[in-house]
Amino acid sequence: MTDTLHILSVGKGGWGGALLLAAGVTFALSVLGFLLGALLGAVAAGGRLSTRALPSWAAKGYGTVFRGVPDLLTIYLLYYGGSIALTEIGKFFGSAGFIGLPTFATGVLAIGIISGAYQAEVYRGAYLAVDLGQFEASKALGLSRFQSLRLVIVPQLMRHALPGLGNVWQLVLKDSALISVIGLVELMRQSQIGAGSMREPFVFYIAAATLYFLIATVTGSVFRYGEARAWRGMVHA
Amino acid sequence: MIDFAFFGEIIPTLLSGLPLTLQLAGLSIGIGFALALVLALAQQGNHRMLVWPIRSFVAVFRGTPLLVQIFLIYYGLGQFRPTLQAVGLWWLFREPYWCAIIALSLNTAAYGSEILRGAIQGVPRGLVEAASAFGMTRLQTLRLVVLPLALRQAIPSYSNEIILMVKGTSLASIVTLMEVTGIAQGLISQTYRAVEVFVAAGAIYLTINFTIISALNALETWLTPYRVRA
Repeated sequence: MTDTLHILSVGKGGWGGALLLAAGVTFALSVLGFLLGALLGAVAAGGRLSTRALPSWAAKGYGTVFRGVPDLLTIYLLYYGGSIALTEIGKFFGSAGFIGLPTFATGVLAIGIISGAYQAEVYRGAYLAVDLGQFEASKALGLSRFQSLRLVIVPQLMRHALPGLGNVWQLVLKDSALISVIGLVELMRQSQIGAGSMREPFVFYIAAATLYFLIATVTGSVFRYGEARAWRGMVHA
Repeated sequence: MIDFAFFGEIIPTLLSGLPLTLQLAGLSIGIGFALALVLALAQQGNHRMLVWPIRSFVAVFRGTPLLVQIFLIYYGLGQFRPTLQAVGLWWLFREPYWCAIIALSLNTAAYGSEILRGAIQGVPRGLVEAASAFGMTRLQTLRLVVLPLALRQAIPSYSNEIILMVKGTSLASIVTLMEVTGIAQGLISQTYRAVEVFVAAGAIYLTINFTIISALNALETWLTPYRVRA
């Protein structure tokens, strides 16, 4: 027991500090990936809602592929595909060796692309949940399309989107552990390193699980608070 | 531009991993469903001694990454080898195959039990009362009234969970099991052609998922003949 406490302590000889730092990397990776996903998801939702064939099909294809293919496969595609392309460019300029993509940026990109496919569905559903009268009323007020979207529709849409976004966020947080396979030292990778060097896999993976659980619980309550705030003053079932 | 010969080479190699992917998915979805049903039913009685541990189990498995769960079971429990050998369970935890199945089953049981719990609670109370007025025992009510309605109600949500599990089997490649994703990763590092390998492996997964979704949609339609679907 004292051994375990010593291994996980923050001070000298302990791994606590390294694990907490790695948890910070996990959090940053997840937040940035989620935000990139929000951007991609919003664009894809726009595509899905469009009456024109090309954007609608492109958005549908994007959603089907990245929600249907294992996330690990997507991560391999981006990392190896990107690195191979980069190595070719390097060769052209006279570099000999393999050039790996920066792992953090690749992780953000991968999480962004994957979570964007899920977020698109959330935004689309939320858009359709906004009362049709709101669109008509903003038109009657003389608002331009962009103004009505920004001032009337999006604020109301977010109310409906928040629960779904909370689910996607939980998915993102857990997906971020997969970025460890390309060598980024986030929480999962740091636990593997610690487990290997101290020969205490159980202790390290329990510690990792606890930290993931804490991040998931705390951020989950942030989403619930946001939801309560978004609906304040509104009567809903 | 498309190199068909290359696809002709890699697709059979990737397909050699398909039996393992299907086994991992099939076994863990089956075991997970049985466990999920037990957990969902056990919570119906509202016994605190039952509900509290189940809720904790569900929260832990839903709140941590599947990869951590697999590592904890495969590498973490390996640390307790003497104890596991003493109780005769070492053969199970020694094999990455069984460790992956245990982790996947427990994970899907946690998510699945929440889906089924919601579906069981969604069965109108009047039906249960009618069944008991009819003189049915609690077991009969469960078997003939509550479960058929709840399970049908759960099909759409449960099919999402099944797709997530099929995708989840790819994590088994990290504990050395060469299923489709593991083979794909090997092919990418051998051939340096990430896009082609992704397309081929992705097509295999999309085919599996599409087949499952179509089958479950057909099942749902078959079970709800009176409902005209939009």
